[in-house]
Amino acid sequence: MAKKMLEVNQLTTKYITRQGEDVYSVDHVTLDIEEGKSLGIAGESGCGKSTLALSLMGYYFPPLHYTSGTIVVDGKDITGLDPDTVRKTVLGSDVAYIPQAAMNALNPTRKVGKFIEDVIRAHELPMDKKQIREMAEQRFAKLGLPVDALDKHSVELSGGMRQRVVIAVSTILNPKVLIADEPSSALDVTSQKMVIKMMKDMMAQGMVKSMIFITHELPLLYNVTDDIMVMYAGQIVERGSAKEMVFDPIHPYSRGLMRSILVPEEGTRDVKLTAIPGTPPNLKHPPIGCRFADRCRYATAACKVNQQPLLDIGGGRSYRCAFSEKELREVYEREDG
Amino acid sequence: MKHTLKNVFHSPRFLVGFIIFMTILLTVLIYPYFVTRDPLQGLGKGFLSPGTYVSVYDANNTGTYRVELPEADDNRLESSLPVKDRQTMLDYLKAMGADVTGLDTSNENFHQLIEVWKANYSDADAKAKKYEGFSTQAKRNELRRLNNRLSTDVSVPMSVTKGEGDSATVSTVATSDYVKVTEVANAITLPLGTDNFGRDTLTELVKATGISLLVGLLAGSIATSLGLLIGLLAGYIGGVVDDILMFICNIFTVIPGFVLLILIYSALGTNSRSITTCAIIIGITSWVWTARSVRSQVISLRNRDHVNLSKLSGHSLGRIVLTDILPYIASYVVMAFILQVSSGILAEAQLSMLGLGPNPNELPTLGLMMNWSKLFGAYTSSNAWWAYFPVILVIALISFSLNLMNTGLDQVFNPTLRD
Amino acid sequence: MKTDEKISVQPEDTRESVTFGSDRNKDFSKEPLCLSGKGVTRVFHTGKTTTVAVDHVNFEFHKGELISIVGESGSGKTTLSKILLGLLEPTEGEIFFKGQPRDISTGAKKKEYWKGIQAIFQDPFSSYNVFHKIDAVLLDCINMRGGKNLPKEKKIEMMTEACSFVNLKFAELTNKYPFELSGGQMQRLMIARIFLLKPDILLADEPTSMIDACSRATILDMLLNLRNETGMTVIFITHDIGLAYYISDSVYIMEHGKFVESGRPDEVMLTPKAPYTKRLISDVPKIHEPWDLSTVEIK
Repeated sequence: MAKKMLEVNQLTTKYITRQGEDVYSVDHVTLDIEEGKSLGIAGESGCGKSTLALSLMGYYFPPLHYTSGTIVVDGKDITGLDPDTVRKTVLGSDVAYIPQAAMNALNPTRKVGKFIEDVIRAHELPMDKKQIREMAEQRFAKLGLPVDALDKHSVELSGGMRQRVVIAVSTILNPKVLIADEPSSALDVTSQKMVIKMMKDMMAQGMVKSMIFITHELPLLYNVTDDIMVMYAGQIVERGSAKEMVFDPIHPYSRGLMRSILVPEEGTRDVKLTAIPGTPPNLKHPPIGCRFADRCRYATAACKVNQQPLLDIGGGRSYRCAFSEKELREVYEREDG
Repeated sequence: MKHTLKNVFHSPRFLVGFIIFMTILLTVLIYPYFVTRDPLQGLGKGFLSPGTYVSVYDANNTGTYRVELPEADDNRLESSLPVKDRQTMLDYLKAMGADVTGLDTSNENFHQLIEVWKANYSDADAKAKKYEGFSTQAKRNELRRLNNRLSTDVSVPMSVTKGEGDSATVSTVATSDYVKVTEVANAITLPLGTDNFGRDTLTELVKATGISLLVGLLAGSIATSLGLLIGLLAGYIGGVVDDILMFICNIFTVIPGFVLLILIYSALGTNSRSITTCAIIIGITSWVWTARSVRSQVISLRNRDHVNLSKLSGHSLGRIVLTDILPYIASYVVMAFILQVSSGILAEAQLSMLGLGPNPNELPTLGLMMNWSKLFGAYTSSNAWWAYFPVILVIALISFSLNLMNTGLDQVFNPTLRD
Repeated sequence: MKTDEKISVQPEDTRESVTFGSDRNKDFSKEPLCLSGKGVTRVFHTGKTTTVAVDHVNFEFHKGELISIVGESGSGKTTLSKILLGLLEPTEGEIFFKGQPRDISTGAKKKEYWKGIQAIFQDPFSSYNVFHKIDAVLLDCINMRGGKNLPKEKKIEMMTEACSFVNLKFAELTNKYPFELSGGQMQRLMIARIFLLKPDILLADEPTSMIDACSRATILDMLLNLRNETGMTVIFITHDIGLAYYISDSVYIMEHGKFVESGRPDEVMLTPKAPYTKRLISDVPKIHEPWDLSTVEIK
């Protein structure tokens, strides 16, 4: 069995609102990623996928607060470290995080090369300017990025190039886990493809040991990651390999999500496009039973009062539903039949 | 709307600012009903320090009450010759070698001390001998002043005069005779004393605060409405109108506003400078920033979808501006107005301080009061703090309260500042 | 987890899945022209630079047709939509509305044109005046269509009908502000507005891009229903090629202000001819066909 790069156990984090209410946006999340693998997280807006990404860094700032659980990166427990230690020893070297707007986060008055120096300085590595420059040039060349970009200001680069530069800068220390939250959503499809290709190259060359990829674009997720995990209302509802998840989802919510996929391919004009009625629950007062029960076509009275554990059915597959895999499959078959 | 108002009053900053401002405003409004005196009427000459002034003449004709204060004598002695001075006298007598056995600064030895002093002291002697500890000119001057005071007998019972210059003893006043201040026909309390012209500073200050607030409000209204109008036109219509208006704006930005203010103002001459002209001139030199920010806000609003939808609904330009644009910038305009009022008051104070204020013979303003204090040396020679310190305090309080209200509003309206 | 209960399936709400009209692949070219344009161009001058946002585009939109204009950001589709809406005048070219040259030179003529065309925009949160209540929004639509003097009961009846068309309950919405609704509900209210206004053309500018994919079908279905019932032309502006392929009757692909390809969705999407369309289709991630990363040349 391959080495586990990230092991998260029962991680719970919450937002504290201005009114002092607790909102548990990440609720007892347990997941792991093996070396060389990537995990995609899917879900509606507000399901907690971005909060999970933030929480996984171990770096919390208000209104986000850590509640319980552990995060272990390559055997090193990063929970409970103080923010300064996390910034110096975890971020960048163990965990790198790329938010959607990353490409607009570069200080426009500094050259790209300076940012790499900053990363090295923040980690107090014993390297002089020349060594840093050499390392940066090598890295850029390996990733197919123009070396002269190091001497440019961020505004001189196009959006797609800027995003790739940001990713290259933030992974310069070869992080164990790269967390990318919608890294290509603001880009046109061609730039998006370039960003994805670069990220895949980084994985293949071992510059990044594992990756968490978050997006609401399911076709993209399907093509980028090995595994897909669906989140709903702060909880994991299903996890499996990308192929299984897209073509054979078990949980009614995942099924609804996968049936909203639209791609320009032959035959897709004839699929039945369905919606999941209703809206996700308010996490200030989550439902006592299954969180999806109110929107589920199959929910029984029992569903609305009983909480469901995440059921591991082997083969890296798990789901959270009161009904058995067999029962659900039968219903789906009857419906499609 | 109701909700917003509630939120505004829940902001502690706004509330504190509002309370301070309202207190000042209410004082300005109510005070004239209690003190009807003309604020510019001179009551005396020169700076009188704060306190209650009782007419000596009328006090004599007022019925007396017998009050036996146990410390009355002590107070009297202390008031006529403080212990500090007695110590100086004793020290001098010792230094010149007089017999001071049994003498001290206590009240029992008061008369004895004075007798010994009178027997021994002479100006010429003090000047010629330069006794140890009293060799300097300052020390000798102090001694001379002390001696002059003692030349009028401090312990002689007061004689009552009747009519001016008529000095017939009618009755002896006992040391235990008192008059009640409120029964004296002429007594006046001057909580802040008087200024150089002998005007009651408090009455003058209240009036001046009112006038300055008026100047600020008027200047603020003019600046805000001008800025709003120009900003709306430039932002919403755009094109050539925008170019022309922004050109004018740029000109006003480049010329330092205060210099312009001084030039216009000094060109007018003292007599044609009324309060209103002052406010108008401050107003028309300070609208530029409001216009600029209103314009940029309107430009971003103009491209919002709800404005486009409103256009597609066939609404007229006036209606779109009134219902789809103005409400969105209202909070900003209110905040700008508050700041304009504050800066209007300060601008008036600055102008008047330089002697370019409104006609000083008509009405007082805070700036004019500061100017007078400066002209007549309240800071320096007279050390009459009451003539300028309260004015500074009021200016600071108005400015502080308005700025506090502004930041309070900012907190409510600007979601990024909410904590 | 064992359950003895058999799964009982609640009936699927028809409004939660997309239903097309009777004929999915109807040929609209026989229908009368609703909006067409010849050589429509818009040039912007900023300082010394000149930008051609829309460059000599020709189009023919037929009555009842659902047209998608597909373009990436910067392709000029937003400028084109403003020109179509009459919010911007083209610098060159002519637009024909129902066969007649469009004249929007005066305020009154603009008003007349806007009776025939309405819009739904991308961001529901900026589409409403936050100071107006929902009743006021809908009432305004009735008044605009000459219903000003109708009795109050009739107006309420009309508003209730419009709301139920988009699966909202008017009784629950009175005295509420639009921003108290969810994004999807706000967008549905926009459709209710169009239901009351009954224009000939509806321009929908990315109406689902800010809505979660799983509630997208509801909005699309309502738009299609509206089209089927009133026979209005729907111009759907989007960057989502999969979505455009799925719902439209004809597709226009836009690049740098030009239409590089147009036609029936099957032709354009499955057998693209223009190089830009080819690249676009090949760069979109797919699920049945492989997404070939090796074709990407890193620039």
